[in-house]
Amino acid sequence: MTYIGNNNDHLLEVKNLNVEFPSVHGSVHAVRDISFKMGHEKIAIVGESGSGKSQTGRAILGLSPGNVTAEKLFFDGVDLQGLSARDYREIRGKRISMVMQDPKYSLNPVMTVGKQMIEACQIQMKVSKKQAISRCIEMLEAVRIRNPQRVFNTYPHEVSGGMGQRIMIAMMLLSSPDLLIADEPTSALDVTVQLQVLAIMDDLVKERGMGLILISHDLPLVASFCDRILVMYAGRIVEELEASKLDQAQHPYTKGLLSCLPNNAIKGQPIATLQRQDSWLDGTLNAQGKLI
Amino acid sequence: MTDPKIPAITINDLSIHFGSGDELVKAVDHVSFTVPAQQSFGLVGESGSGKSTILRALAGLNTHCDGQMLLEGESLQSARSKAFYKKVQMVFQDPYASLHPRHTIDKILAEPLAIHGFKNTEQRIAKVMEQVALPNKFRFRYPHQLSGGQRQRVAIARALILEPKILLLDEPTSALDVSIQAEILNLLNQLREELSLTYILVSHDLAVVSYMCEQIAVMQHGKLVELLQVDQQGKTDAKDPYTLQLNLASKGYDRAVIEQFIDHD
Repeated sequence: MTYIGNNNDHLLEVKNLNVEFPSVHGSVHAVRDISFKMGHEKIAIVGESGSGKSQTGRAILGLSPGNVTAEKLFFDGVDLQGLSARDYREIRGKRISMVMQDPKYSLNPVMTVGKQMIEACQIQMKVSKKQAISRCIEMLEAVRIRNPQRVFNTYPHEVSGGMGQRIMIAMMLLSSPDLLIADEPTSALDVTVQLQVLAIMDDLVKERGMGLILISHDLPLVASFCDRILVMYAGRIVEELEASKLDQAQHPYTKGLLSCLPNNAIKGQPIATLQRQDSWLDGTLNAQGKLI
Repeated sequence: MTDPKIPAITINDLSIHFGSGDELVKAVDHVSFTVPAQQSFGLVGESGSGKSTILRALAGLNTHCDGQMLLEGESLQSARSKAFYKKVQMVFQDPYASLHPRHTIDKILAEPLAIHGFKNTEQRIAKVMEQVALPNKFRFRYPHQLSGGQRQRVAIARALILEPKILLLDEPTSALDVSIQAEILNLLNQLREELSLTYILVSHDLAVVSYMCEQIAVMQHGKLVELLQVDQQGKTDAKDPYTLQLNLASKGYDRAVIEQFIDHD
C-alpha cells in the first residue's frame, strides 16, 4: 500500500464513478458519473429506491457486484482502484466500515452477539481473546447499551430492532474506522429509537473525527442531521446542497420530494405528487437554478 | 344502506395475551374504542405497541382474545363467516410479500370472487383496476413485473373487489418511497369518498395518520394511551407525554430533544 500523505480536507474523493450491470437487455447504468469530495464530516446521499445510492456506498467499499469504473476513487490518499484484494481487505472493515439496513439480516442468527463481535475484532485487530472481549464490551458501552454483559451473551433474535442496530454499529466501530458508510441504518427503527441511534453516530463523528456517509430516503431527517446532502435521481447526483438550506433547493426533483410529504399537505386536499420529467435524467442545474 | 349512526366497529375492553407464566406478553391490554361509519380511524404507536395485533384480531387472524368486538352493532364470533369478509377486507404492509408470486394479477383478483361465488368476474376486475388507476395492460403480468406502488394498488384492488364497507389498512405505505406514498394516500382518500368506506389505518407515522384520519388512538405497550380528535388543519391536541414525545421525534433530528427522551426498552 502506498500513502500519498494525509490530506485532511479530502478523506474521500470520488470522480466520475460509474456502476453498470450487464444484462441480456442491455446494461443497466445504476450509477452514472457521480463525483464528490468529503472530509471528516457528515454527508447524506438521498434518493428513492433504485436511484443508485446504495450502489454508490458499495462501490466505495469494493463490494459492488457490477462493473465499477471511476476516474478517481481516493480514500485518504490511497487509490482504491489500484488495490489488490488483499490490500482492500486491510482497508475494508478497518478503515472504512459499513452499517447495513436491517440488523435482522446482517447479524448471524446462530451465534451469540459476543461471539460474532469477538470474531470481527480478532480478524481486524489481531488481539488476544481477552483483549477482544474487553474491547467489545467497551464498544457496546459506547453505543449506550446499558447492560453490555447481558447483551454480549444474547442471540440476535433476543434483542429488539433498536438494540440490534446499536450492536451493528458497535461492531463496525471496533477497529475505529476513519469513514463509516451507513446504508439506511435507521429505516427499520421506530422514530424515537431512530433519533437515539443517530445521536450515537453523531457523538462518534465528533469524538473520533470520523467521516460519515449516511444513505437514506428520508430527506427532512438527514437535513436536520447532516452537514451536506447529495440528492440522487436515476443514478446521478442532481443536486448538492447544504443541509441547512434545504428549503432553498432548486432542483424540481428535490422540491417534489419535499412537497409530497404528508406533513406539508393540507388535510382534505390531495397531496402533491411527483410528476417525473425526462429532463431530470440528463439535465443539470445551472447557476440560476434552471435545468439545462 | 346501513344506518350511519351505528358505529362501524366497536371494540370493548379487548385484551390479547401471548404465552403464559413468566413469558406472558400482554400484546393488547384492555383497549376500547369505536369507529363511526365512513370515518377514518388511525392507530399509531411504535413497534410492539399492539396496533397490528388489534387489526389482526379484528380480521379474525388472532382467534383467542378477551373482550368484545362489534361489527355494525353485532358481536363477532371467534370464527368469521364469509359474510364478514364480504364486508371487511384487509391490506397488508408489504406488497412484496402479500401477493402470490406465481399468480398473475388477473388470478389474484379473481380468487376472492371465486371464493364468494360472484359470476361477473370480468366486469368486476376491469372496474376495480380502473378504480385503483392500474392500466389494463398489467392484468396478465406477475407481481415481480410491477413496482412497489403498483403492487400496493393490486393489494388494494384485491381488497376492494368484493365491495367491502370497511378496510383494515396495516401500514399500507411504510414499504414505499415518499413520492409513491403520496400517490397511494391520495388514492385511498379518493376511494373512501367515492365508495363511502370506513378505514382503520395502522401506522407508525404520525404525519400520515393525522393527514388521513379524523380520530387517532395512540398505543404504547398494548395500552391505549390517548384518543385524539384531528381538527380540520390536521392538528391534534395531544396531552400525554408519550404522544408529545412521538410528535417531537417526527420533527427531525434535534439534540436537545433527544436528551430528554424517556427510554421505553
